[in-house]
Amino acid sequence: MSVLVYAESWGGSFRKSTYEAVSYASETAKLLRTDVIALTFGNESDDELLKLENYGANKVLTTSGIEKGDSKAATDLFSANCSDANMIIFPSTYTSKMIAPRLAAKLKAGMTSNVISTPSSVSPIEIKRKSFSGKAIENTKINTEKAIIILAPNAFGLVECNGSCKIQKIESANNTSVTINSQKVASGKISLAEAEIIVSAGRGLKGPENWEMIEELANLLGAATACSKPVSDIGWRPHSEHVGQTGIVVAPNLYIAVGISGAIQHLAGVNSSKIMVVINTDPEAPFFKSADYGIVGDAFEVIPKLIEEIKRIN
Amino acid sequence: MNIIVCISSVPDTTSKINFTDSGGKFDSDGVQFIINPYDEFGLTKAMMLKEANGGKVTVITAGDITIEPVIRKALAIGADEAIRINMTPQDSYSTAVEITNYLKNSPADLVITGRESIDYNGGAVGGMLAEMLDLPFINACNGLHISGDTAEITREIDGGIENISTNLPFVISGQKGLVQESELRIPNMRGIMQARTKPLQVIEPLDNVQLTISSGFEKPANKQDCKLVSSDNVADLVSLLRDEAKVI
Ligand SMILES: Cc1cc2nc3c(=O)[nH]c(=O)nc-3n(C[C@H](O)[C@H](O)[C@H](O)COP(=O)(O)OP(=O)(O)OC[C@H]3O[C@@H](n4cnc5c(N)ncnc54)[C@H](O)[C@@H]3O)c2cc1C
Repeated sequence: MSVLVYAESWGGSFRKSTYEAVSYASETAKLLRTDVIALTFGNESDDELLKLENYGANKVLTTSGIEKGDSKAATDLFSANCSDANMIIFPSTYTSKMIAPRLAAKLKAGMTSNVISTPSSVSPIEIKRKSFSGKAIENTKINTEKAIIILAPNAFGLVECNGSCKIQKIESANNTSVTINSQKVASGKISLAEAEIIVSAGRGLKGPENWEMIEELANLLGAATACSKPVSDIGWRPHSEHVGQTGIVVAPNLYIAVGISGAIQHLAGVNSSKIMVVINTDPEAPFFKSADYGIVGDAFEVIPKLIEEIKRIN
Repeated sequence: MNIIVCISSVPDTTSKINFTDSGGKFDSDGVQFIINPYDEFGLTKAMMLKEANGGKVTVITAGDITIEPVIRKALAIGADEAIRINMTPQDSYSTAVEITNYLKNSPADLVITGRESIDYNGGAVGGMLAEMLDLPFINACNGLHISGDTAEITREIDGGIENISTNLPFVISGQKGLVQESELRIPNMRGIMQARTKPLQVIEPLDNVQLTISSGFEKPANKQDCKLVSSDNVADLVSLLRDEAKVI
């Protein structure tokens, strides 16, 4: 018996979502009274790999030579190393969403995504997940010997511990069917799925030239920037910033919405945020019904004041 | 080129989500159904590929007879034919198995699904299909160029994009970027008329397997009232976020 967790890295480094998945695996392993085994294939250094012991990994299996974009090779790697696992846990990342379903089909294992808490019962595994774009919480039972789950973004905190883990190098068969030509990762930017604070703006900002203050506020807060759908459709901001039911679903600790009306499709993608703040000239904007704090006012006056105040207290 | 587009019929994005049988089942009463928005990007891309390279676009969906209006809409947008697998999908696996059963007998050059459905948000059918058919799979696909037997594909990765090449046949799960929002097609009168007579074949499921069970829904707790701060006292908002909410 064991709990296997995918410890994904970027350029050889783990991110918060990785530690979150390992923490989750560790809490789940306690329920199952078993060990946590982390699996990696991202050329991490031993020092980096050992960081996983701080979140409860008992063993790390590691290999290289597999690209994250090669879902078939990655699936084969998991399948060759999971004979003992009752649960296989994936963080909320694009690569996970590519591997986990393949693995589920290969192993004929029940799989569920968007998971928000540790199992409420373990035989069979019963677990809560977000459904209907956050408008509902669904209880799912997994009826197979192995259960595969993908976590929801930012749904489970980090749980640190004083553990120790062994590193074991494993083999990987390299039967690739795709070629990775290039990869562009915006450097220094905080990814939306992981951000603890998001500053998001909508059509109320009137034009792309006005995003400077949004970026300044985001920088001061260590936040990621996002936008509403029409803003990305008109090309004021890149599609990768579009949040909502048909964009990215986010769940930061703090979501600040500036000049966004709060349409149902927008709210569906952000309503799992712990705290929401709205800044809008229209007191009737639907966002006020969902937000925790609000200012009825003009973004062009309020945001500069907010920037000033945050600079003052920092 | 023979393209299969997997479509899902989902509640309109403005729908209120309610449940019957004390949380057991989604209440479809009064709900409008639409083509899953992610699938619509895929369908439009399929139409463009067909227009450029020739071939056929077939939409396939697992569902009972009530979803036929959504299938007719896909035909009105321009798909050539449709397959309905006569079942109530129980989980991603049951859906993927039955679509695979069909594709094993009628192989496609390209299989397109949406990144996820906006109702159950499983996001798994595409990857499962690829494994069952032993094909390459690229998800969160936001760009696709095919020339001859090879394809250049971009996919979203966390914080960036990746460019991948592979050979036909393969499976993608698509999203915006595959085509732009402005390229989506609204059915015209002629399309709607033609859709009525296009072939819609109904086939029965063969395996009826299910690996997960949905055992009830609840709604998230309601938010408390919004605390309003005057725009003259922006500093108060900062204190509330720091001292009360403890998020900055
Ligand atoms: C199928 C479908 C899917 C969709 N999916 C999404 C999705 O995923 N994400 C999404 O965001 N939308 C989505 N939408 C669109 C959604 O319905 C709304 O149209 C959109 O969210 C509105 O964006 P907005 O709030 O930026 O613009 P608007 O609705 O135009 O709102 C602008 C707001 O700014 C305020 N404002 C104006 N000037 C100022 C100022 N100076 N200072 C402060 N406030 C100001 C206004 O009072 C207004 O409330 C979808 C729609 C459909 C039909």
